[in-house]
Amino acid sequence: MLEVRDLHVRYATPTGIVAAVRGVSLTVGAEKVGIVGESGSGKSTIGRAVLGLVRPPGTVQAARLAFDGLDLLAADATTLRRIRGARISMVLQDPKYSLNPVQRVGRQIEETVRVHERVGGREARRRALEMLEAVRIRDPERVYRLFPHEVSGGMGQRVMIAMMLVTGPELLIADEPTSALDVTVQKQILTILDELVTSRGMGLLLISHDLELVATFCDRVLVMYAGRLVEECTAAALHRAQHPYTRGLLACLPRIRGPHRRLATLTRDPDWLGCPTP
Amino acid sequence: MIEVTGLDVTFSDGRTSFHAVRQVSFRVAEGGCFGLVGESGSGKSTVLRAIGGLIERWMGEIRLAGRPVGPRRSRAERKLVQMVFQDPYGSLHPRHTVDRILSEPCTIHGLADVDRRVEAMLTAVGLPRSFRFRYPHQLSGGQRQRVAIARALILEPPIVLLDEPTSALDVSVQAEILNLLGDLRRDRGLTCLFVSHNLAVVAHMCERVAIMTEGRIVEEIDSAALGTGAVRDPYSRELLRSSEGYLAELADGLAR
Repeated sequence: MLEVRDLHVRYATPTGIVAAVRGVSLTVGAEKVGIVGESGSGKSTIGRAVLGLVRPPGTVQAARLAFDGLDLLAADATTLRRIRGARISMVLQDPKYSLNPVQRVGRQIEETVRVHERVGGREARRRALEMLEAVRIRDPERVYRLFPHEVSGGMGQRVMIAMMLVTGPELLIADEPTSALDVTVQKQILTILDELVTSRGMGLLLISHDLELVATFCDRVLVMYAGRLVEECTAAALHRAQHPYTRGLLACLPRIRGPHRRLATLTRDPDWLGCPTP
Repeated sequence: MIEVTGLDVTFSDGRTSFHAVRQVSFRVAEGGCFGLVGESGSGKSTVLRAIGGLIERWMGEIRLAGRPVGPRRSRAERKLVQMVFQDPYGSLHPRHTVDRILSEPCTIHGLADVDRRVEAMLTAVGLPRSFRFRYPHQLSGGQRQRVAIARALILEPPIVLLDEPTSALDVSVQAEILNLLGDLRRDRGLTCLFVSHNLAVVAHMCERVAIMTEGRIVEEIDSAALGTGAVRDPYSRELLRSSEGYLAELADGLAR
């Protein structure tokens, strides 16, 4: 569905060119793919590049960046607008900053439908309510009328997901969708995403810093370090990961079950910067 | 070292009021590390702020080093307790150098030998001395949190309150900071109160853990018991399950 080959994203800064993503290749089908890495590893930039959201001075270069056979790099602004939000959607980390603070949440979901499809007001409203129900909001009529500051973090994130899925996209890019939420709410949101992926045959690209979450939720895991993919494996095989960086990340996590000895810390090998992408 | 009995905190703005902490009691022995876990809004940070003297009105009793303290603290009482906050980006003054950030508490408390203290403290938290005249924006998140820890410890308080000190950091940096806190605690015989939403972090750092929800402590257990899953309260059980990744069975596989 999504095909990325040899993607480079560079930013020109006063002190020189910063390469945020350096030669990343990946494909996403109807599956859950996780990208993990530390802050600054370039994982969010990949999501932005796919949607054409890298702004100047940033530049995107790739041997191929295609969605469903369509070349995203060659596409003009109108074509991209038709794809963004309708066929590929993106959920961001914090609902507090991603929702319009002065518009009722139901209206915001409706707007997504009306921008992408020719539907009337009543139909848009019905679709918005239906979607709120699909993300397990108990009283959709009430929530529909609320403003973003009146909903909790977990509810806000569900509203965001509803907004992104109301057009029935084929691919969802979720950038740290649950990092701002409590663990029990996090689980609910993931369950909703999981069901939607399964029932709609949607592709999901989950960007996260949480290794354990990605390993237990996704089908495949891609590990990023300094703008490169250093490892790719099935989620179930993550604990047998080969790359010293992945092993280091796993080793420095504290465990509930102990033993509570000194935690391993990561020693960064300069060789990792140049290692070939698998 | 810390004794809290029947702590009650209510926030009100005249019309509405919110009962944030309800009848919370616990004690921490000298040199111990006690963890408070719970979700956002459970009141765990409020308990910490009341002990730290950052909340103006509360009811109940708080005793530090054997003496009862009130919401308003004398200078000597303030020297007993210092705090490290969650966000290393927000808790350091952006226009003050590391040197000024660390010297200020010494000046306020009239300590002699400020120069030597600052240098010794930087070394203790594992920062090179050349960092002394840098500004916070010239430091990474982990380095900033080291400065925040240095600022808390420079007055040599017997009690340190830690409010989610590693939640904003990458796991690799988190491991470094947790190791640093463990070393400092052992070397200086600190008594710690550690607030976090991450059960694994609390189980790693603390001997005893209290689980809070809706302002109450629902269960207090040894962290070893947390590891074996021997919790009684239904909320604790749910929290424990949720913190083990999306599928608990797979997370078990990872831990092995």
